Amino acid sequence: MKHTPLDSPALRVAVTGGTAGLGLALVEALHARGAQLAFVARDAVRVAAIARGLAGCHGIAADVARKDDAHRIALQVTAALGGLDVLVNNASSLGPVPLRALADTDCEDLEEALDTNLLGPFRLTKALLGALAASARAGRASGRRAVVVNITSDAAVTPYAGWSAYGASKAALAHMSRIWDEELREHGVRMVALDPGDMGTPLYALAVPDTDPATLKRPRGSALEILAAIEAAIRAEEVGP
Amino acid sequence: MKAATAPIQRPRDARLLAVDARGAIRDLPRHVFADLFEPGDLLVANDAATLPASLTGVHLRSGLPLEVRLAGRNSLAAADMRAFSAVVFGAGHHRTRTEERAPPPALRPGDSLALGPLRASLRRMLGHPRLVELAFEASPDAVWAGIAAHGRPIQYAHVAQALRLWDVWSAVAARPIAFEPPPAGFVLDWAVLHALRARGVGFQTLTHAAGISSTGDPALDARLPFDEAYDLPAPTVQAIVETRAGGGRIVALGTTVARALEHAASVQMPLRPGTGLATQRLGPDTALRIVDTIVSGTHESGTSHHELLRAFASDAVLARAGQALERHGYRTH
Repeated sequence: MKHTPLDSPALRVAVTGGTAGLGLALVEALHARGAQLAFVARDAVRVAAIARGLAGCHGIAADVARKDDAHRIALQVTAALGGLDVLVNNASSLGPVPLRALADTDCEDLEEALDTNLLGPFRLTKALLGALAASARAGRASGRRAVVVNITSDAAVTPYAGWSAYGASKAALAHMSRIWDEELREHGVRMVALDPGDMGTPLYALAVPDTDPATLKRPRGSALEILAAIEAAIRAEEVGP
Repeated sequence: MKAATAPIQRPRDARLLAVDARGAIRDLPRHVFADLFEPGDLLVANDAATLPASLTGVHLRSGLPLEVRLAGRNSLAAADMRAFSAVVFGAGHHRTRTEERAPPPALRPGDSLALGPLRASLRRMLGHPRLVELAFEASPDAVWAGIAAHGRPIQYAHVAQALRLWDVWSAVAARPIAFEPPPAGFVLDWAVLHALRARGVGFQTLTHAAGISSTGDPALDARLPFDEAYDLPAPTVQAIVETRAGGGRIVALGTTVARALEHAASVQMPLRPGTGLATQRLGPDTALRIVDTIVSGTHESGTSHHELLRAFASDAVLARAGQALERHGYRTH
């Protein structure tokens, strides 16, 4: 089994929500760095088109919000990559758009946001935890960890009026990441919640349609920051007691 | 022993029967599992995830329905996965006992099978009307996607409820190469792993493509277990060497782990990491070279799994263990 600084071709990474916005920027940046990649998104046609354009990249058409899809995704990721070193839970749902106050949010809309932003990452991480822990055992001698990145938002910290289902579900994801990080640290698996900032993405355009994109971060810039954070988490020195 | 009837492999009130080197037998709650180890011991588990290896479909030449149960691969390479050995049944479903399942349509090399979104061609017969080698006609990614979407876990009549993948993946399940779940792995959860760690017990894995446990056909069942590919990682070999040097015990979590480690040892000592194809059977005449202790599900006398246990304990001890299992109401596979 090979070991992996981020720029090694052997690093095995899976990204959800990989066909648009930050996810696509991450997939492209990781591909350019030589990672072995699998990405997940709902639109099979778009998944196939992007996979065709990135040699050696594995596209998986599935919906992280669906319980039945979690193990199917895990199966295809680990089959294609022979294991997994890094999982990026990036796929996100805004909840109801146009954005609306919590008091005007239907229960079903909140459930849908939780399915994508909280339960989806929980289920997929759980299904892939065996592979991530195996990666950590293989990397232990060289001080290399397996890493899960959960993409959150400043809306998880600051209670912006209107960012109701999204903010609440991302806050839950951020806290779940902290708990899981405490529990899994001894097994060499780190869980990191990262806020990529306000980016010019399809999701942000849906949320705030009248924003001038020139005032927002470019997804590629955020993707490179996330890659740097992943690299730092992989290489952190202490691995287990 | 009673047959297991529920899909959940992790009941909270589960038991375990501990048989020590002197043949002393204790009936214990499973939550004391970690306490049975001494600091410095090493537990080795099989981290193979289980494929949804049952694929229903149609035999295109006859138009008749069938069920294909994938049963083996000669290599674990991700790209080398189009060809599988498989056991084929005729119409029907898992709620019918395998012994009573209809035979498949008359199969011959060159036949095409439509299996949900997948197409497969039958390459050759493997010495039995139900046992074939087939090859999928698609890219590896498309084959995995097709198996993920259409396949169901292989299951048997004693469990009526349809199994889902999460029912058959253990907590440490990683690469999807097993055809049925290596059942002993269900003793593990992250609390057990934490308890082992706190006790100073090592934990490592290997990946072994556990095969199907029963076909319902006496001639085929006599050929079980089929050859099973495995991958033995370098950190596991290193941990075995260090455990041995420190006087600790090597504990195999499940018969598949024992089969893989003893096969690797039969090929080469000192043990080397890498891939292999376990072709041997373990039994009363096996001289164990690596494994000191085995954690196993319960198996009926006469099965290959039970034969394997005879490498670890005398027939007299196994007979007493069988009586204890019966007395305490354990369930069997």
